[in-house]
Amino acid sequence: MQKAVFPNRVLPYLLLAPQVAITIVFFYWPASQALYQSMLKEDPFGLKSKFVGLQNFTQVLGNPDYLNSVRVTVVFSVSTAVLAMALALFLATAAEKVVRGKGFYRTMLIWPYAVAPAVAGLLFLFMFNPSMGTFAYLLRDAGYRWNPLLDGDQAMLLVVVAAAWKQISYNFLFFVAALQSVPRSLIEAAAIDGASSTKRFWTIVFPLIAPTTFFLLVVNTVYAFFDTFGIIDAVTGGGPAQATQTLVYKVYNDGFVNLDLGGSAAQSVILMAIVIALTAIQFRYVEKRVHYA
Amino acid sequence: MAKIELKDVRKVYHGGVEAVKGVSLSVEDGAFVVLVGPSGCGKSTLLRMVAGLESISSGTIAIGDRVVNELEPAERDIAMVFQNYALYPHMTVRKNLEYGLKNRKMASGEIARRVDEAAKMLEIGALLDRRPGQLSGGQRQRVAMGRALVREPAAFLFDEPLSNLDAKLRVQMRAEIRRLQRRLKTTSLYVTHDQLEAMTLADTLVVLNAGRIEQAGSPMEVYERPASLFVATFIGSPAMNLLPLGAGGIAGLTAPDGLLSGAGPAKTLGIRPEHMRLADGEAPRPGEMRFDLTVTGVEVVGAESFVYGTLPEGGPEVAVRVAGYSHVEPGTRLAAAADPAYLHRFDRETGRRI
Ligand SMILES: Nc1ncnc2c1ncn2[C@@H]1O[C@H](COP(=O)(O)OP(=O)(O)OP(=O)(O)O)[C@@H](O)[C@H]1O
Ligand SMILES: [Mg+2]
Repeated sequence: MQKAVFPNRVLPYLLLAPQVAITIVFFYWPASQALYQSMLKEDPFGLKSKFVGLQNFTQVLGNPDYLNSVRVTVVFSVSTAVLAMALALFLATAAEKVVRGKGFYRTMLIWPYAVAPAVAGLLFLFMFNPSMGTFAYLLRDAGYRWNPLLDGDQAMLLVVVAAAWKQISYNFLFFVAALQSVPRSLIEAAAIDGASSTKRFWTIVFPLIAPTTFFLLVVNTVYAFFDTFGIIDAVTGGGPAQATQTLVYKVYNDGFVNLDLGGSAAQSVILMAIVIALTAIQFRYVEKRVHYA
Repeated sequence: MAKIELKDVRKVYHGGVEAVKGVSLSVEDGAFVVLVGPSGCGKSTLLRMVAGLESISSGTIAIGDRVVNELEPAERDIAMVFQNYALYPHMTVRKNLEYGLKNRKMASGEIARRVDEAAKMLEIGALLDRRPGQLSGGQRQRVAMGRALVREPAAFLFDEPLSNLDAKLRVQMRAEIRRLQRRLKTTSLYVTHDQLEAMTLADTLVVLNAGRIEQAGSPMEVYERPASLFVATFIGSPAMNLLPLGAGGIAGLTAPDGLLSGAGPAKTLGIRPEHMRLADGEAPRPGEMRFDLTVTGVEVVGAESFVYGTLPEGGPEVAVRVAGYSHVEPGTRLAAAADPAYLHRFDRETGRRI
């Protein structure tokens, strides 16, 4: 890369300042505050606080509720990412085959992305609410005992579906672009080489769109971790009996509802560490197997 | 080994473009047939219909003695070499070669034997563990050839396989393809817009224009007796000189009696540059045509030069081939001569040869 030389010695810093300021205000400052908070213990009225070292951390990590939340988060994130990506990929391959009305079909599939998470959550809540939801009614009619307000697994299923639904559009968009970038002649060559359409997909197309899949894996995991608060809050509120209480939801719940600021901050710090580790692992190990054409 | 038979094949694309307008063609077993024509004339479309990559709007295509209209590409027993090679970028060269054989559940011993043989034939043995991205254009081309060879198909289809190579490599690969085909005697259908490639490779040359066959025949037949004005100008470089014949003959051209008589339909005469010579200062020979030219330019190729000149009164420009290096100044008036035996006559209305 070429080095730009500025005649003015102040200008480069000025140009950099907004970016740096934003990063400091919205990331480093809250992060350091969380770190600081996580070592304090505050009384419920917020009048005085004292330094307790790592006590918040040991408390959090020793708490069975917290470990349950870790399990819930893993199940929720993996299910959401896999479901959202698999469905989006399926829809994108189907969209490739559409001859007439391709543009219309694509536009319709992109719309859900414009729906805010909480609204998406409400939509699903209304559709599947055991007392008034249309689908809940249909399910019960079909003889299925549907009650996500009492059944933890059903509640989990509901938030996973709602969260995935929201993310499908985004994934769809990327998969469509990726599929279009696979040269048609490669698929034709494979057809002449005797590969069935399923085989062509798994041996040619899928490996070639792997960079996109990898990118989406990172994005979807981060989404499931952090951006699904609104959906969970609207649909289940973390219940029943904490069956859908993800780590992020628990941070909110402990901090703002139960007013355990120290514990909540400690959880935030752990969460931060998890995300850093997760991203590092993904880039280090998964990316190595991805072929960038 | 098989014969390819096309009967009145048509292709109409969605939106009504008629790319191929009734082509009948028979490619004999073991023959090398080259389809040549200008861009957009439907060459690729025709080839892709044979391959099964494009549906056939009407007519039939048979490979061997099977009509293949409804068969999948894989069931047609053909192999194709694409212009951009279409190698699988995420597989090694070996995997690329094996792919089509593995899909056909061939025994691994046989696969290894074929890959080794093809690698030897194309001298790509050292490249087997590389990926296409790590190969030069010429090497990729060889691998693409190899992928077709290992299949040992009934027919090879080539769609401008050399057009992404530089001039020198193209000549080399051209010779190599010819040599391989002679040796394997596999029926081949080859598409190109390069007339030199077409002339040197073909057993049978098929000239396509706007979705129709203009002429089919051996390269020399097509060159020496072009069936139409289109073929006359398309094959040969520089193109054949064309002289529209008016009622009073052609200004600046003197010809033996009766040669330019205007009986019958309006005509265009044609004569190739190499059948003309500069005849300045010579006395006219009996029975020869003489052209009175004003030189407009000289093109020196190396072993030969082409002198371009125009006939008087705004007449057409003609090219004259001169052996070696010619140093005629533009603006000079010159005489050129030609033997009427080499003259071609075309009906100006229909463009057909008379
Ligand atoms: N998928 C398509 N849909 C509609 N029209 C098409 C399609 N593919 C080709 N055509 C049209 O059919 C005609 C023939 O195309 P084709 O690709 O066979 O030409 P070609 O002779 O191979 O030309 P080139 O030498 O440039 O490759 C062209 O007019 C082209 O615009
Ligand atoms: Mg073409």
